[in-house]
Amino acid sequence: MRESFAIGIGGAAGQGVATPGDIFAKIFSRRGLHLNVYNAYQSIIRGGHTFLTIRTGVEKITNMGDRIDLLIPLNQDTMDRHLRLLSSGGACIYNSDTIKPGTAADGVQLCTLPVSKLADISKNKIAQNTLAIGAALSMTGIGFQALESVIGEQFRKKEQAVIDANVGLARVGYDYATQNFKAFAKPLPMTDTRYAVLGGNGAMAMGGAAAGVKFYCAYPMSPSTGVLHWMADHGRKANIMVRQVEDEIGVINMAIGAAHAGVRAMCATSGGGFALMSEALGLSAQAEIPVVVIDCQRAGPSTGVPTKTEQGDLWQMLGASFGDYPRVIAAPLDIGDCFTLIPEIFNIAERFQCPGIVLCDLLLAEGRLSVDPSILDFNPKIDRGEMITSANGNGNGSYKRYLITESGVSPRAVPGIPGHTHVVSSDEHDEDGVLISDEYTNTVKRRAMMEKRMRKVAGIDASVQPPTMQGPADAGVTLIGWGSTQGVIEEAREILGEQGITANQLQIRWLVPLHGDAIVEVLKRSRHTIIIENNYSGQFARYLRSETSFVANGHIRKYDGEPFMPHHIVEAVREQLSGRTTLSVPTHEIMV
Amino acid sequence: MATEIAAPKLTTMADLKGKVDPDWCPGCGDFGVLAAVQKALVELQIPNHQVATISGIGCSSNFPGFINTYGMHTLHGRSLAVATGFKMANHGMTVLVTGGDGDGFGIGGNHFMHTMRRNVDLLYIVMDNQIYGLTTGQTSPTSRLGMKTKSAPFGNVEGPINPISLALSAGATFIARGFSAEQKHLTELIKQGIQHKGFSFLDVFSPCVTYNHDNTFQWFRPRVKKLEDDASYDSTNWMAAMEKSLLWGDEIPIGKFFERTDVPTLHESEPVLSTEPLVRQALRIPADAARAFVEELM
Repeated sequence: MRESFAIGIGGAAGQGVATPGDIFAKIFSRRGLHLNVYNAYQSIIRGGHTFLTIRTGVEKITNMGDRIDLLIPLNQDTMDRHLRLLSSGGACIYNSDTIKPGTAADGVQLCTLPVSKLADISKNKIAQNTLAIGAALSMTGIGFQALESVIGEQFRKKEQAVIDANVGLARVGYDYATQNFKAFAKPLPMTDTRYAVLGGNGAMAMGGAAAGVKFYCAYPMSPSTGVLHWMADHGRKANIMVRQVEDEIGVINMAIGAAHAGVRAMCATSGGGFALMSEALGLSAQAEIPVVVIDCQRAGPSTGVPTKTEQGDLWQMLGASFGDYPRVIAAPLDIGDCFTLIPEIFNIAERFQCPGIVLCDLLLAEGRLSVDPSILDFNPKIDRGEMITSANGNGNGSYKRYLITESGVSPRAVPGIPGHTHVVSSDEHDEDGVLISDEYTNTVKRRAMMEKRMRKVAGIDASVQPPTMQGPADAGVTLIGWGSTQGVIEEAREILGEQGITANQLQIRWLVPLHGDAIVEVLKRSRHTIIIENNYSGQFARYLRSETSFVANGHIRKYDGEPFMPHHIVEAVREQLSGRTTLSVPTHEIMV
Repeated sequence: MATEIAAPKLTTMADLKGKVDPDWCPGCGDFGVLAAVQKALVELQIPNHQVATISGIGCSSNFPGFINTYGMHTLHGRSLAVATGFKMANHGMTVLVTGGDGDGFGIGGNHFMHTMRRNVDLLYIVMDNQIYGLTTGQTSPTSRLGMKTKSAPFGNVEGPINPISLALSAGATFIARGFSAEQKHLTELIKQGIQHKGFSFLDVFSPCVTYNHDNTFQWFRPRVKKLEDDASYDSTNWMAAMEKSLLWGDEIPIGKFFERTDVPTLHESEPVLSTEPLVRQALRIPADAARAFVEELM
């Protein structure tokens, strides 16, 4: 099993859970450790319950894991909910002035901080947080120096006195812990590697900047708003125009307008906003104006659970807008892939002049992961497809925007070029852009244009490689997932392996094009297949079946708003291999 | 990506003729608007490849097909959103948005309001016939109270909106009203609207000869009074414009209600666009910016 160490910090919204999380993340990544951060929170600005898990280790950490080693409850509620998660060897650091412990398991160290004695709480309302961070660093053997510089950066917008006060307070917590608490058995290791700590929304925004996005617009909607925030913060440095628009209908239409004028345009939303965008997705397809839309899935339907994750939008993407048209849909596999995928999908969307959909989810969008900074390549391959950007002596007025070609792709003239004026249209049109209803609705022309557009599907298929099997070819069980479950399934396979069950994995990144035939060919060699997804009805299982007639032996589904933990998958696989069930719905034990 | 500088050739009416002739009903007010737009572009000598004509859906929204420019025939109600994106990506081009009252004030009402407050530099021409034409005669947001239509056979019980006072409230920086039958006057308003730096709104009475039997050419002709004929009218006075906008009945003002030139346009407010249009800027981001973005995460 991967060696790892996990800290859980919980409190009411507004109590300052995020700051210790940021501080730990910086300290761990600078120590050369991998990390993964997941924040379980509610749609509330003050109050409620927020629980942040930060897990670190020398090896890649792809998910929040199964265990909490150190609990830092900032209020009684967190203590009551989460103390039971700790097992022997674990510790809980808390403010003994305001929080009473419950019954802890044997071997759990209860570390009481007499906050009012250690700090002047009339001056500093979050003194307990800073004291606890200091104490944690002592107990994990990290040393104090690492913290000092990070506090300076964390509070860089505040005056020096505030920084000094916090550093002093952390020192008090650190020293108090050194004298009074037992350190963890294994101090946190250190390596020479340095990682970038990347959030999924920031990664997709940066991926857009790398892909050459010049126009970004959005309407705020959790959990996609982080893309807008990154763009708004950095757009001027990256020469990207960023707009907040009145609604998602305006968003996608504005992006289409910019894309038609010749720039790469992107927008992001969640399921509800995407529903509003649907009609215009068809405009992108019909007028053949490429645009990339990010959907960060949250638990639906309707307003649903705005701060919780789900993989429940697949069929909305597959069926978005009416009529038949070519589209591309991809689900990033992890937070690093949130970056890498954007230039890739832009190249395909632009080559085939159709909409591209990035099917992300809250788990990745709002999670954080350590990545090798070299994967953040700001010079990726850019292929804009067949574009006419100057008249080159051909401006004689014979240009046909929707020229019928074998590939279905018609060269796209950027507006502004002499002699290439044309009309792009949501109405069915002829090769030269004339609306067929402006003459006589013409069955021959309609059929020709439908076939021209749909011929692009073959090119799209060929532009993407089929998925390949991860792990041993000959395994006892094959786990099939899509998008964000890559890491947790991978870790579950490792644990199963330790328990004597060999498992391999087929993880789907490109949903359209799916390469159904290649998938079936791979799965034919599997002994037992289980599809794992974060939704109720098995949306991917249904899709795979509709495209290929393939039916898996079993399913693991979770739709309680929280992501899978490795043991959920391990236990469900064991249950299914023993023949007890073909559908497992794991229970989420962490009450958030 | 470089767009070429036009050959020094005069723009003529023939250059602006679309690939097909309009399929509007004979006598439709929209013919007059099309002719006036073409005349305005010739008089201003703007080459057709430097013009984008963007519309939604409806009879009047078929406009881009009937004029030879870079046309976009988009979705019902969405023309202003598309046009805003287009203008931001290439602010060097002249952007005209054309459509009807249902498209602009009904389904597109939200975009209408927000495009005005953003002061996007474009001319929005609404061919206002106070009826839904292409869907064969239903009530529109500008249909008069009591008007009988297919969707209100016993008379419209909802009062109409007032596009001019709405535009004044929303912060449009050029607001005018024309009448399709007043060609010279309309052409002049279109020219002013194109030349105005900022959002220009031009509401044009463009009677529907098939479905609106109340607001006909004959009904409008004796009622319209040009604001330009009143030497005392000051179109920089917002309050005066608001007062004029409320006149409806025996006297209906047409002409330029309001103009102000002290509000920066959206593209002027955006530092990213200060060098050249977005479409001509480098695709790759500056190397030092890329380095800084990664450094932030370390």
